[in-house]
Order: sequence, then C-alpha cells, then structure tokens
Amino acid sequence: MTRADFRLLAAGDTALTVELGDAVDPKINAQVLALDKALSEAKLAGIVETVPTYRSLQVHFDPDVLDADTLRRTVERLAADLDDQPPPGRLWTVPVAYGGEHGIDLDSVAERTGLTTEQVIARHLGGDYRVYMIGFQPGFTYLGGLDPKLHLPRRETPRLKTPAGTISVGGIQAAVASIEAPSGWHLLGRTPVRAFDPGRADPFLFRAGDRIRFERIAHDDYTRLAADASWLPKCEAP
Amino acid sequence: MRGAVSALRCIDPGPLATIQDRGRVGWQRFGVSVAGAMDPVGLAAANLLAGNAPDAAAIEVTIYGGTWEAAAESVRIAVAGAAFSPAIDGQPVALHRAHTLKRGQKLTLGAATDAARGYIAVSGGFDLEPVLGSASTHLRSRLGSLDGGALRAGQDVPLKLDAAPAGPDMALDPSLLPASPPRFRAIPGPQDDAFTREGIETLFSGDYVITAEADRMGMRLSGPKVAHAGGYNIISDGIAPGSIQVPGAGQPIVLFADRQTTGGYPKIATVISADLGFLARCRPGATVRFERTDLAGAAAARRALAEKLARLQASLAPARASVSLDSAHLLAHNLVDGVTDALAEP
Repeated sequence: MTRADFRLLAAGDTALTVELGDAVDPKINAQVLALDKALSEAKLAGIVETVPTYRSLQVHFDPDVLDADTLRRTVERLAADLDDQPPPGRLWTVPVAYGGEHGIDLDSVAERTGLTTEQVIARHLGGDYRVYMIGFQPGFTYLGGLDPKLHLPRRETPRLKTPAGTISVGGIQAAVASIEAPSGWHLLGRTPVRAFDPGRADPFLFRAGDRIRFERIAHDDYTRLAADASWLPKCEAP
Repeated sequence: MRGAVSALRCIDPGPLATIQDRGRVGWQRFGVSVAGAMDPVGLAAANLLAGNAPDAAAIEVTIYGGTWEAAAESVRIAVAGAAFSPAIDGQPVALHRAHTLKRGQKLTLGAATDAARGYIAVSGGFDLEPVLGSASTHLRSRLGSLDGGALRAGQDVPLKLDAAPAGPDMALDPSLLPASPPRFRAIPGPQDDAFTREGIETLFSGDYVITAEADRMGMRLSGPKVAHAGGYNIISDGIAPGSIQVPGAGQPIVLFADRQTTGGYPKIATVISADLGFLARCRPGATVRFERTDLAGAAAARRALAEKLARLQASLAPARASVSLDSAHLLAHNLVDGVTDALAEP
C-alpha cells in the first residue's frame, strides 16, 4: 500500500474527477482501479456511476441525494491509501489475423520502425497487455504494455471508418476496437472477438484491470470464428 | 391491414427525430455514451401533459417537428420544449396542452422559432424495449430501442395503450414554463489549470456564437480565443455533461448528451446541470454568454428549477376546450387559444 497523491477536480455539479497522477503508468492506473473498488464497496448513496480512465476516476453523482462535500470527504479518506499493484485480472487470449486486408498498416509500421513485418507481429504478440480503460466507443479497449519499438505517432490523417475488431497501435498504446469507428491509429490486424455485443448476457467482455495476450491466427480462421456468433475467446480466471 | 400493434406512425420525422428518455446511465465505464433528452425540462413538460413520469421515453424532434399519425384507436399526445406551430389534420391547435388524436388523424408540428428541440410524449408511453436500461437513441454507436437509428418516414413507434385513457386532455400554464437564464452558469474545472488566467476570464466575459457544428454530441462556439497555459493535449479522462473543452484553436466546444465517455482535450469549465438543457435549446447563430459560478450557486439553481417544475406540474388542469376536434366551433376556439398562448410564451 502506498499513499496516493491525488487532486479533486470539479467537473460541474454532478461529477467529480479524482486525478491520481499525470502519466500513463501501470501503478497510477492500479490506484485508479483500487479507488474505484473502494468507492464501490463504500456503497455511498447518490453515486450514479464511476468511470475509471488511465490516471483518474470520474465519479458521477446525484446532487439531490449526495452533496459534493460528503463525496469529497469520502474520496479523500479512501484515496489516501491505495494499492498501486495492479489487480490479478482475468487473462484473455485474443486471436489476431495480421496484415493483408485485416491489417492495412502492417507494412508501413514495419517501414517506420525498421523492422520486418514478421518482427512487428512478433513484437506485438510479445507484449504483456493490461486493460487500462474502456472508452471512446462501447467496448473500445485501451491497452498498456506495448513494446516500445512499436511506439509511433498517430497517422497524420485519421481514417473515418475502421472495422469492428481492429487491432491497432497508436503512441504508446495498443487497442482492441469493438465497433466500426474513426481512428488515427495504425491497423495491424483484426480479431473475431466481439468486445461489445449488446445481445450477449454480458455485453462487454473486458474490464479495466484484465490482462490480454494476443495469439496469431490465419485469415481463414478469422473468417470462421467471426461467422460464429456464439464463439467466445479463452478466458482464465485470476 | 397492419397487425394489432397500436403505434404513433412517423409520416415525416423532420430534420432529426429520435427516441430519448433520461439516458443510458451506468455504462460509461464500458465506453457507452449516456445519450438521453437534450432538454430535460422540455421532456418533463411533455410527459407531465401526457400524465407520464417526467423522464419517460418521448420523441425528440429538431428544428421542426414533422408529422405523426395515430395508428391506434386514439392517442393522447403532448408536445413541449419548443413552440412548434401544431396542427391536427391541417387545423391549427393550441400549444401547452395535450390533444387526443383519433385513428388516422395527423399532428403536424411546424417550425419552432424559440428552441432547437421539442418532445412528443403520449399518454401511457411508448412501448419500447430498453437497451442497456434505456430506450434512448445514440446515433454514433447505433444503440437504442427500435433499431437505434433516427426515426424514418413510415416507421411505427409502438404504444403501450390502444386508446387514450379516460379523462380530459390536460393543459399547463405557459407563464410557469421555466425560462432560460440570461447567462449560462459554469463551474471552472476539471482542467482550468491548463488555461491562463486571462483565458478563463475570456470565456466568462466573451460573446460566443453557436456555429453550424452543433448536434446532440457537442456545440462548437465561435468567439474570443481562449488561451491555453501550455499544451492542449491531456491524457484522456472522463467527460461530464456540460464540459466545455477547448482544442488547440482556442474555440470552446460544449459537450452534451451524446458526448463520448472519454476525451483528451482540456476542459476549462462545466455548465451546471440546471442550465445545460436551456443551452441545448439555443440554435446555430445565437449568441451565448457564460457566467462563473460554484457548487453552492449550482445547488441553488437546481433547487430553483425543481421548484419551478413543481409549480408547473401544479398548474396542470383540464384544457379549457374539451375536445371534439370535428366541431368547427371548437376548432375556432383552439385557433384563438393558440394565438393567445403563443403571445404568453415567456
């Protein structure tokens, strides 16, 4: 356990942002998740929902039920002592068909990094990824743990449409896309995993704090798995 | 012959018609936008007239309200939020009251000059399967009841009741409709420290014009440039309703119901909950001003708005002309009534 440095930032009269650092960092993100858990366990009436992100927790509240000062005092108490070790997290095996039509930026990433395409794939597969946050679109999963050799600035011109299941890298981050979306990141491949499926009992596969390991599959396997609406990737409990 | 499902049939949706209720609460941690009514006061007023809970699902219409047909034995229908010029089968009818449509009758809502959006509620409510706890449409992720898209001509919106419930059509006192504040109040933060002191003063003293880039997600403003203290990228974090984010060019964008859950531009201030729905009423070309407030100011404004809504609810009474729309006499009465009420609009 460690004492967290934190700032309470007003986000209007119905939300409070608790900022636990100013970096994309596994220890800071672990504190965000620890605070989220502690606040959930405190069962404070009037908390509407919480949104964990890289380095802060946004707490949405109903000011008719919970006054901001009470919330601030509760958060100050809980945030003073947070675990900075990431939770064990579930381990997901996410299959990826790399390159070709599914990863149209694989060649350009190889060129820009001075690697061969096989080396790019090997380095992407070699990452030990953790879900830092889910945001931007339903189920869009931001991952930390990308091999530094694959850190690249975003594309100068974002694409207006990238397919559901896109596996991409941008800056120091990697991602699993859930639905069709605009993106300025580099597209390495595509997964048949549906991170978001509104018709499924649990519409969202991944949680912040989960771990992800990528596994290479052939394009034919992608086609077969993507056609199977009931298929789910392998998940190991912590 | 269609099936037995009673519905309000969309003949013309206008520029944009979507289903909206209080929004999809509780899923932002999975990247799901809240959506929901842009103007909760308008939604509440329509639902009060219809006899529903204030945040029941209604149809949100934009700029002009389109045409809607009763595909049921009868439908009691109420419109609020904007003073569309309503007409039933071409005959003008009064604002600020419910009307009962018989099967095949069409309600047409003309252009509104006073607000960007209005709400169509029906007594008993629309019969909609919620998605993640809400019927609200979120266009960008195509989430919501029916198919999650904008309503289309020819589409039926199913009703819970096959006929209007017994009892009179209700009216409310338009002089009690809550009015927009002269300046939209905002609390500095969460990233006010990303701006210079002058930048913050600029936001709270300048005149800003709403550009054409204004939709359910955000409203891009044009006016005095807000100066950042340093860079204008932050590590993405949560976005509260009413956040005023300022990208590199220094022109503020206010974020509304369909905003993304997370984003990476610094947010200089947040419009308070009591005022955000009134800002959402403003149309492109309008000039808006902001005023700094704090949590105490926001709480007072929220209380005042709740009291106004309670007084509005208490004003509900049977509409004066109760209603045989076939009667020429009553039609004439309604026409006069409509004019009077329009003049009484605050």
